[in-house]
Amino acid sequence: MKRSSKLKVRWGFIIFFTPVFLWLMLLIVLPHIELLRMSFIGTDFYGKSGFTLENYGGFFKEPIYWRTFARTAIYSILVTFIVLVIALPVAFYITKLAKPKAQGFFTVLLLIPFWVSELIRIYGWIILLRESGVINFVLLKLHLIKQPYEMLYHDATMIMGLVYTSMLFMVVPIMGVMESLDNALIEAAYDLGAKKLAIWRKIIIPYCTPGIMSGSIIVFMLVLGSYLTPKLMGGKNALWFTEQIYNQIIIYFNWNQGAAFGFLLLLMSSIIIFIALKLTKQEFTKVIK
Amino acid sequence: MIRTLPRSTAYTTGFKIFIILYFTFLFAPLLVTMVLAFNDSMFPSLPWNGFTLDWFFGNGPKKYGIFHDSINLRAIYNSFRVAIGVTILSTIVGTMAAFLFEQEDFKFKNLLYFLMIAPMVIPGVILGISILMFSNAVGTFFDKTFGWNIKLFDPGIWLVILGQFSFITTIVALLVIARLKKFDRTLEEAAYNLGAKRWEVIWFITLKYLRPSIIGGAAVAFLMSFENFNTTLFLVGPDATLPITLYLQVRDGSTPVINAIAFLLIVTTSTIALINLYASRKIEE
Repeated sequence: MKRSSKLKVRWGFIIFFTPVFLWLMLLIVLPHIELLRMSFIGTDFYGKSGFTLENYGGFFKEPIYWRTFARTAIYSILVTFIVLVIALPVAFYITKLAKPKAQGFFTVLLLIPFWVSELIRIYGWIILLRESGVINFVLLKLHLIKQPYEMLYHDATMIMGLVYTSMLFMVVPIMGVMESLDNALIEAAYDLGAKKLAIWRKIIIPYCTPGIMSGSIIVFMLVLGSYLTPKLMGGKNALWFTEQIYNQIIIYFNWNQGAAFGFLLLLMSSIIIFIALKLTKQEFTKVIK
Repeated sequence: MIRTLPRSTAYTTGFKIFIILYFTFLFAPLLVTMVLAFNDSMFPSLPWNGFTLDWFFGNGPKKYGIFHDSINLRAIYNSFRVAIGVTILSTIVGTMAAFLFEQEDFKFKNLLYFLMIAPMVIPGVILGISILMFSNAVGTFFDKTFGWNIKLFDPGIWLVILGQFSFITTIVALLVIARLKKFDRTLEEAAYNLGAKRWEVIWFITLKYLRPSIIGGAAVAFLMSFENFNTTLFLVGPDATLPITLYLQVRDGSTPVINAIAFLLIVTTSTIALINLYASRKIEE
């Protein structure tokens, strides 16, 4: 009796395990091993392919490649910080300041743009900001400016676009933890004479760290891997690293170089996330959920 | 500071202005896009030339509305096919993953769990190229050793489905796991004591309890698949999905027909999101 029931449990295990294992092996592990393998393969002068470090060498030899790489990393961190600075007060207002009745309404309002595709949102900004766009039209009509001004294709515009498209992925996790923050803690601190800044520094931010970290990781990854926003809003001669990968694979058809770039991007993002988790003493499996 | 504490008027007003500005920033591009879908102009810009429905129903000679735009209609159809495939696959496998990690114990469980959440921190572009390269390698292998030319391994609708499935399943699994964690397992034990088999317990008790999170997960999977661009870009074959065709039109400039598509997308997705939100609220209460 006991043996047969044990056998059944293992059947259940096999049924659950097989599809999950196949998914992770065939679509995550093996493709990334292939990516790594491809990045070490090169074709020599005679058309023979073999092991090489040339794809990685090319990255460090050409300033345009590693400069784009560094630019992408620095801008992604910058965007994550800007998003965090805007998201904290928004989450605080909705969870702690707004009237309880208005809270549900605000949450719904926040989530609507979350579901509209990135492309449509960027398209909206293009209509607003371009030379023949809505903002220029209004400013001309009001005689505030004499000539239309091209507001697209600057770094600042691109940063704004990246902040816009990734904002909600920060607000939602922070709201999640802030909701569970007991108001009594803030009240006690206030009664004991703590200043607002001290309350933020000593109570709110430490309490919200798990939410802040999961929001930051998701925003950072979204920005780093973004293709549409830098391509459509950024300057023509200021590339994003994902565009370099796209160019290598689709335009030059140099898959080996593209694989090396892809692997470098993956490596860089893993290292930055690892450092951020260590600095804030958070665990990866606890933060992503 | 908070609701229950005394606040200065400047503090409250300052916060209110900030929130109003924030929501303006959030909605301005969407509203402008939607309004300009009804402008009687060849370009998606002001001045306002009067109201028209031509960008929805127009049938030439100058204006072709979305319902007569065969390229975009075809793309919408492709996106639907992909999204339905991804939703079915990722909902089933995501739910199985939730059961596996919450109810089973096995060696290397932590390692496998780590692998399962890894797609959350892999950029979509990288997922796209690595799956492209792997399927190409497998396809070449079958072609060289057996002389089989298997279409599944070429860029196309199947590869797009697999590519999106690879990371959307993680999201579904995390949603279902969150609810399964709150499940009272004594209910299952009671059923076992009454003689129920494992599959009966799962079917009649656990899955019933999980239903809202599974439906919610399916809705999220559908919407994420429908709007995915980064992973799809590398895997797409001749049957382009909507974000891909829209991207080309936005890049090269187009008529307000894009605004009409955006209008329909915004209205549809926010309706689905609202229904989903409302339903999940009701269950929690």
